[in-house]
Amino acid sequence: MTNVVDITDLRVSFATDSGTVRAVEGVTLQVAAGEVLAIVGESGSGKTVTARTILGLLPETALTSGAVLLTRKDGSATHDIVTLRGNDLRDVRGRDAAMVFQEPSTALNPVFPVGWQIAEGLKAHSRISDKDARARAIEILRLVGIPDPEHRVDHYPHQFSGGQKQRIVIAQALVLDPGLIIADEPTTALDVTVQAEILDLLRSLPRDFGSAIVLITHNMGVVADLADRVAVMFNGEIVEQAEVRTLFSSPQHPYTQRLLDAVPRVGGRRLRDRVRVADELEPMAVDESATPVVEASDLRIVYPGRLRQPAFTAVDGVNLAIRPGEVLGLVGESGSGKTTIGRAIAGLTPVSGGSLKVHGVEMLDVKEKVFRPVRKRIGFVFQDPATSFNPLLTIAQCVAEPMVVHGLAPNPDEARPRVDELMEAVQLPKAFGDRFPHELSGGQRQRASLARALILGPELLIADEPTSALDVSVQARVLDLFARLQAELGFACLFISHDLAVVDLLAHRIAVLHRGVLVEEGTGDEVLGAPKHPYTQRLLASLPVPDPVEQAARRETWRNLRAHG
Amino acid sequence: MTDTSLPEVGLAVAHAAPPTPEHTSLWKRLPVVRHVRTSVGLQRTMLVTGLVLVLVFVVTAVFAPLLAPYGYAQLSSGDVNFGSQQPPSAENLLGTTVGGYDVLSRTIWGARPAILVIIVAVTLSIFAGVALGLVSGYFGGWVDRVLVVIADALFAFPSLLLAIVVAIVISGGQSSMWGGVMAAAISLSVVMIPQYFRVVRAEVVRVKAEAFVESARVIGAGHLRIMGRHVLRNSTRTLPLILTLNCSEAVLTLAGLGFLGFGIEPTAAADWGYDLSKSLSDVTSGIWWTAVPPGVAIVLTVLGATLVGESLNDLADPRLRTRRAAKAAALSPVTAVPGGVATDRVPGVESIDELEGPSDLFDENGPRS
Repeated sequence: MTNVVDITDLRVSFATDSGTVRAVEGVTLQVAAGEVLAIVGESGSGKTVTARTILGLLPETALTSGAVLLTRKDGSATHDIVTLRGNDLRDVRGRDAAMVFQEPSTALNPVFPVGWQIAEGLKAHSRISDKDARARAIEILRLVGIPDPEHRVDHYPHQFSGGQKQRIVIAQALVLDPGLIIADEPTTALDVTVQAEILDLLRSLPRDFGSAIVLITHNMGVVADLADRVAVMFNGEIVEQAEVRTLFSSPQHPYTQRLLDAVPRVGGRRLRDRVRVADELEPMAVDESATPVVEASDLRIVYPGRLRQPAFTAVDGVNLAIRPGEVLGLVGESGSGKTTIGRAIAGLTPVSGGSLKVHGVEMLDVKEKVFRPVRKRIGFVFQDPATSFNPLLTIAQCVAEPMVVHGLAPNPDEARPRVDELMEAVQLPKAFGDRFPHELSGGQRQRASLARALILGPELLIADEPTSALDVSVQARVLDLFARLQAELGFACLFISHDLAVVDLLAHRIAVLHRGVLVEEGTGDEVLGAPKHPYTQRLLASLPVPDPVEQAARRETWRNLRAHG
Repeated sequence: MTDTSLPEVGLAVAHAAPPTPEHTSLWKRLPVVRHVRTSVGLQRTMLVTGLVLVLVFVVTAVFAPLLAPYGYAQLSSGDVNFGSQQPPSAENLLGTTVGGYDVLSRTIWGARPAILVIIVAVTLSIFAGVALGLVSGYFGGWVDRVLVVIADALFAFPSLLLAIVVAIVISGGQSSMWGGVMAAAISLSVVMIPQYFRVVRAEVVRVKAEAFVESARVIGAGHLRIMGRHVLRNSTRTLPLILTLNCSEAVLTLAGLGFLGFGIEPTAAADWGYDLSKSLSDVTSGIWWTAVPPGVAIVLTVLGATLVGESLNDLADPRLRTRRAAKAAALSPVTAVPGGVATDRVPGVESIDELEGPSDLFDENGPRS
């Protein structure tokens, strides 16, 4: 079989403010025709840079050496991308290899109809009449599964849903019939149920169009679902290449082993149980009769509409309770209202109806004066550790902020002993307190964020997607720390996440939200082991598991569910 | 691949990492010094040229009494009158004006009112503009909307026309040094306050939505504390740019006032605009030395401030900043880490645990609360 891409000893370095950095060091890689190759690795491992080199899409500051041979689908021409410039490079892009980007909402130009954007590629490479281009665009839209393409071809990107937009981006890549499609995290920005459909479409491409796919992802579930072969990258080098089944069943390199080990799985060993065993702590029984820390009944949160647009009901009649020492996992897709509930409990979003009691304070029409003392007893961990720290303050000053605000310390320096204590608890060296947030990695920052949330010894912690911005191995360690601290300090916790597997690791009880309505609630075994609500069933079936053999079986279940639902 | 999530490989070898900006000395972190150090090529030439011009201007203004051979209103040296419109000579290096003043001396002295206008106008406008922008952007609502409309209306106001009105109000047109300086400064601040207001407000609106401000709200921090400690300091990064650009505007307005005859009387202070307007008739009769020196002074001062401003703007934006090209020979063994923390590579990694900070021990002296 011929190779579409043949990369030999590729080296890429970038000129930055802090000198030259090497991103890719001596990568050698082949992609055969019609093959799906997944490049996996954590952020900074050079996987995206490697893939972008195939299209010559690197910025001007990059210096590339080595050879990247790209062969046309019919085998008529082979180019070395590294040496191509200007028109020659433009001729290759789109025709020999095309790209599917991560974020479909930014990859499409909002001011042009989608049909025009698909035809743009056709016109760039061949003399084609407007009528023929349009016909071709309609045809390709039908092939990627956009309903009613004759009509939809004239619609603008904002008139499509996220999943449909990603289908259009794929159509854009397919329209010139390239031999290779580079998909850079094609499903990362999408919800799980939509992701499953896009993966299904991508899987059909080698079969229906004969295109090879280079898939860049950090999600091992997606790899197991889609890939034929996997290349694992670490620090700019490929540490392991293997068939997908071989890689998952017997990973050779220690890095690959650790990576696979760190992937959370639904129904895997619960982190909270593991912690107990390790620390020989008494299994903590949640007192069912105790007064709940948070109690919501028929909770409604409405965002008022602007400019005569109707108001949006984010949360619609939700009942839930969190008892002292209990971890409640709140799961849902984007727009399900899970973050809104968390923000309402923290007093960031006003409650519109029903009742929400936090530490006994009714949040409906609450006055800041009444709620302020309660804030001391609530900790909040934000999703993105990069933005949740004031970039001008040191970590110690940020962590000490709650003590200063509540008058427990006159200034950050006085609070330092307590800050150091907390830094130790979250396993950060004390010296890190004098660093600035940008000098810490994502995982370290998220631990500092946990320290800040816990410094006042709160009885309730709200964690809003605390690990979704982190790499898999980092996520595993932060979750582990989280479980340990929860077991030791015994705070109640609302753990918000879109990832069922992560929630399953930590939560005593799981609540599933769908479009502002609580569809199912129960223990992990009840909700994930035997889901009753069709939405929960669909959510579970959509979740790709990091095991190619099991995933193949699950794919059938998912197809059946979709056919019936 | 987002730049928010960094690989955790850096920690174990962080001490070997090249110094990040916060670890270098204070001197090297100062805004302009840092910019000079990070710039290369044409951008560096522009910035350094601008800085040199500005420095010459400031030194001239401060040391005018030492540098100028005569006073700004001096008509004679000893008992000998300079005479009117005398060509350059050993006595008067750049000749004399139609009024009999020494051109070189007046050009040097002229830097003083110019720098005063800059100081007064910027001080008047920066505090008011930043305070209004902060409050307006942070609280929003109808106050914000009204202030934005007013600011937009003031943008359309010609500052020179306003300056003439103010000059007449203050001292009936012809004025003392402070009269002329204040006229220019007050009218300028009316036009400049909206600029600071808009820029700071836009930054505040952006910063207000950042997670660290939310986190301060969750903690229970009051509005004043959030505004002062978290929002304001993160909203001022574009101020140096507007400041430098406003300096050139201030010099031009003062010169324009003087040129139109609303400036400072020649006996009160030296004014480039005034000298330029008096030399208009000289140009046609072949007398070049009265017009060129004040004109060049205005041009160089404005050019200097503008060059500094534009270069700072380009250097602050990573997309506009040029960098030294990566040379194959000069490659340092460093791995790409988005987000700015570059670290040495870790050969032969045994496990991620080893790389990710202290080993997996849970301290028993953890928090008890």
